Order: sequence, then C-alpha cells, then structure tokens
Amino acid sequence: MLNHEILEKNIGLMVVAVVFAISFGGLVEIVPLFKLKETTEPVADLKPYTALQLEGRDVYIREGCVGCHSQMIRPLRAEVERYGHYSVAGESVYDYPFLWGSKRTGPDLARVGKRYSNEWHRAHLFNPRDVVPASIMPAYPHLSENPLNGSLTLKKMAALRTLGVPYTDEDIASASAEVQGKTDMDALIAYLQGLGTTITQKR
Amino acid sequence: MSSFWSGWVLILTLSCLALIVYLLLSTWKVQRKDTTEETVGHDFDGIQEYDNPMPMWWIGLFVGTLIFSAIYLILYPGIWPGKFDGILGWSSTAELKAAQLKHSRRYQPIFEQYTATSIEDLQENPKALAMGKRIFLNNCAPCHSSDAGGTFGFPDLTDHDWLWGGSPEEIKQSVLHGRIGQMPAWGMALDGADIRNVSAWVRSLSGLTVNANAIEMEQGKALYSKTCAVCHDIEGKGNKLLGAPNLTDDIWLYGSSQPLVEYTVRKGRTGVMPPWNEVLGPEKVHLVSAYVYGLSNEPSIESSTTESSVEEKTNK
Repeated sequence: MLNHEILEKNIGLMVVAVVFAISFGGLVEIVPLFKLKETTEPVADLKPYTALQLEGRDVYIREGCVGCHSQMIRPLRAEVERYGHYSVAGESVYDYPFLWGSKRTGPDLARVGKRYSNEWHRAHLFNPRDVVPASIMPAYPHLSENPLNGSLTLKKMAALRTLGVPYTDEDIASASAEVQGKTDMDALIAYLQGLGTTITQKR
Repeated sequence: MSSFWSGWVLILTLSCLALIVYLLLSTWKVQRKDTTEETVGHDFDGIQEYDNPMPMWWIGLFVGTLIFSAIYLILYPGIWPGKFDGILGWSSTAELKAAQLKHSRRYQPIFEQYTATSIEDLQENPKALAMGKRIFLNNCAPCHSSDAGGTFGFPDLTDHDWLWGGSPEEIKQSVLHGRIGQMPAWGMALDGADIRNVSAWVRSLSGLTVNANAIEMEQGKALYSKTCAVCHDIEGKGNKLLGAPNLTDDIWLYGSSQPLVEYTVRKGRTGVMPPWNEVLGPEKVHLVSAYVYGLSNEPSIESSTTESSVEEKTNK
C-alpha cells in the first residue's frame, strides 16, 4: 500500500496539500481577528495621530526605535506595575503598521506619554547620559537639527484615510501648518507624549 | 465573538483534529506489524528505505499530542470561543487580577500602615524609607538622578532648596499632582541691552561677579522691579506658590553664567513635574515623599549617601 507516492511524486499536488494542512492554524487563529469587535474597533476616545505625531511616528520608525523598545504591555502583574494598564488591541487600530515590537533592550514605551516632561525627552534624546548616567541608549542629537520634512504629510494622511483612519478634511487641510517649522525632535516628542494616553486608567 | 466565528473556530479545530486522527488510523491499518527486509522501493543515489513500521515511541508521542490537545481544549478556552471557555474558566486578565489580588493581600496592610504614619515619623523607619527609595529609583530617577542630585533643568532634591516648598505636605502635593513652573519668555518684550542688564542684576543678587557698569546695573534693577519681581519677589527670594526660584542663593537650575541667564530670560523656561497619583497610587506617593523628605531632613539615616553626593557636586 504505497499510494502516498501519488502525493510525493506530484509536487503541485503536494503544495496544495501542504497549504491545506497548514491553513487550519491561520484560518482559526488569524482570520476571525479581522472581524472581531475587540480588534477592529477603537477604544473609547481614541484619536488619530495629529500631523506632527504622525511625522514623529515615522521618525520613530526611521531611527529604528522599535528595535529596542516594545509598545506592548502584557497582562502580567510586574509589567502592569511598572508600565501601567496592559495594552489592548483597540488602542492600535489606527496604527499602520503597529509598532508593538518584540525586543526590550530599553523599557516598553506603550504608555510613556505624559510620564516625563517634554524638556526631559529633549534632554534625553539629545544625549541619554545627560539625564540617565547608566543609559546605553544611543544619542540622537541630529533630531534637533533636522528640520521636519513635511512634504508628504498630506499624502500620508490621505493614504491612512483610505485605510479607515478617520481624518477629516480639516485635519488634512491644517496638516501642513502644523508641521511647518518643526524639527524631527519636536515631532518625535509629540508622538511619544501621546503614546498610551487614551486609556487613562494607569494601573 | 459572533456565533458565526465561534462556530468557524469550532468546526475547523474539530475537523483538523479529526483529519489527524484519520491519518493516524488509516496509516496504522495498512502498516505491516513486523520488521522486514523489504524496501519501500525508493532509491535515492543508492540509498534505500526498509518498509518497517513506525517506532512505537513515535506513535506514542503522536497520540500523546492528540490527548494533550483534547485535555487542553477541555480545560482552557479555545475550541468554541465565547460559548465554552474551558472548565477552568481561565483568562489572561483574570490571571492578572488574581496575581494583583494576591500581591495586594500581602502588601496592602504594610502600605496602609505606612500611609497612616506621618512623613516625619516614617523617617524613623528604615524599611519604609528603603521602599520609598526603590519607588524613587524606578520612577523619579530618570529626571532627578539616582542620587536625587538632579541635573540641568531638573531640581536637586538633596540641597534644602525647594521651588514648591519642602514641608512633607508640600512635597507630597508636588508628587501627587505634579507642578508646572513657567518662566515666560521676555525675548519679544525686551531688547538685547535690557536682557543683558537685567541678567547682570539677577546674577548680582547671589553675589556673582558681573561685567556691567553702575548705570547698566541701575537699569537692570529697575527692569527687575518692573517685570521680574512679581514672581521672584522684589528681593529675589522667589515665590513658592508659583515655583519661582530664589535668585539670591547659589543654586541655579538652568545655569548661572551670563549667557545662560540671558537665554533663560529671552526664551523662558518650563519646568514640568508630572503628576504621579494615578501612576503610583497614594500609598507609594506617601512612601516616596517620605524618602524625598528624608534626603534633606534626616541626616542620621541617609547621611553617607547624601554627603557623598554633595561632595560629588562640589567636585563637578
């Protein structure tokens, strides 16, 4: 009885069978999430990023912050104690792509918003050792000197709107003015100060 | 989760398990029972394969995974989300709540006992101060430094000089609700000479040598009385209600050099202490306030660290 030879000697059929076999996991674990209220609906009062925050998010991505900082507080006592209320899916529905990350060389940043002052972030990003002597984070002094390139802000917001981020025409119209004359540093700090602030319950 | 998607998960999971069982049984049925010299007929570069049965340990593991899945899906949520959440009723948030409850049962009485004790009395309690210190290191040290000695723009908490007051109540208020110290920018209102003169006068208040003649100093003083004295007091002693610093001592949050003072006058400064009540809760705020109060009020307990940090500062 060697009819598995049919499968083993017809690679096309094998591919179909493999896809069939492994698709169960995805169909069960991923597909329902596309339709689930908990993962598709924003938490109450969630606002889309302002133009400046959106540009700051792109600075965050460009500088590779996600390589060392996660944005995902797991529902574990020690994490909630340290970082605040655990992250919920509804907080990330306007994030394309989300920046949950999986590497924590530095602390989690999911709720860093408003935790420190703008001036602290400025000093810390300029040279982390100035405020935290034992820090191993790289310094980002160039962010203060780089004028923010806002030439694509409108297009970014329009693109996000097609994905379902509820930007109004006024939001998009005032975007250029908002990023005018700012630096990468201003944008990044605006982004950081908004992180995780929608859920006000801190523990 | 809607019934459709619950059913979707249920049917797919069950059919996947059923297919695996079917695969196992169907191959088991046609499998010969004994070892043999016969090969399966493959020949890969001269390598052939005996048509032997699967080893029992391997079959055992395979069946074991199936039994594990069955037990898991009975105990934990998974097979039919929203309809059947496992007989253990487990959820990650419930597990978190249980862990928090266990933790608070153990520590809440200690916290309550400390919270009921005044900040002054806590100075006699090294354990409470050690807890306060750990809270400080985890939350306050990023700005105020791990030795509480502060840094440029972030106040030293060990130097007996307090922007918003150093009594236990005032310290606790600062931690609970935060503070915003706002020095307005005078760059638009005053011209370069004005700023130079007023900065020189301000620096002279604390006995710094200034490079200005008598007329300039006179102008600086007049300008000071008109614009700065409202917050900083006519003698420069500051105002704790506004967080306006004392300008007559040798403590300078934003630097004492002529260019830095001029910069402060021209651009203004905003010092923000974030509120911690929501983040830490009143018990931990009380403990960390006790620690901070102790940094400059109870030399017997923290003397060694405080003195060394003062020395370090003078050496800098």
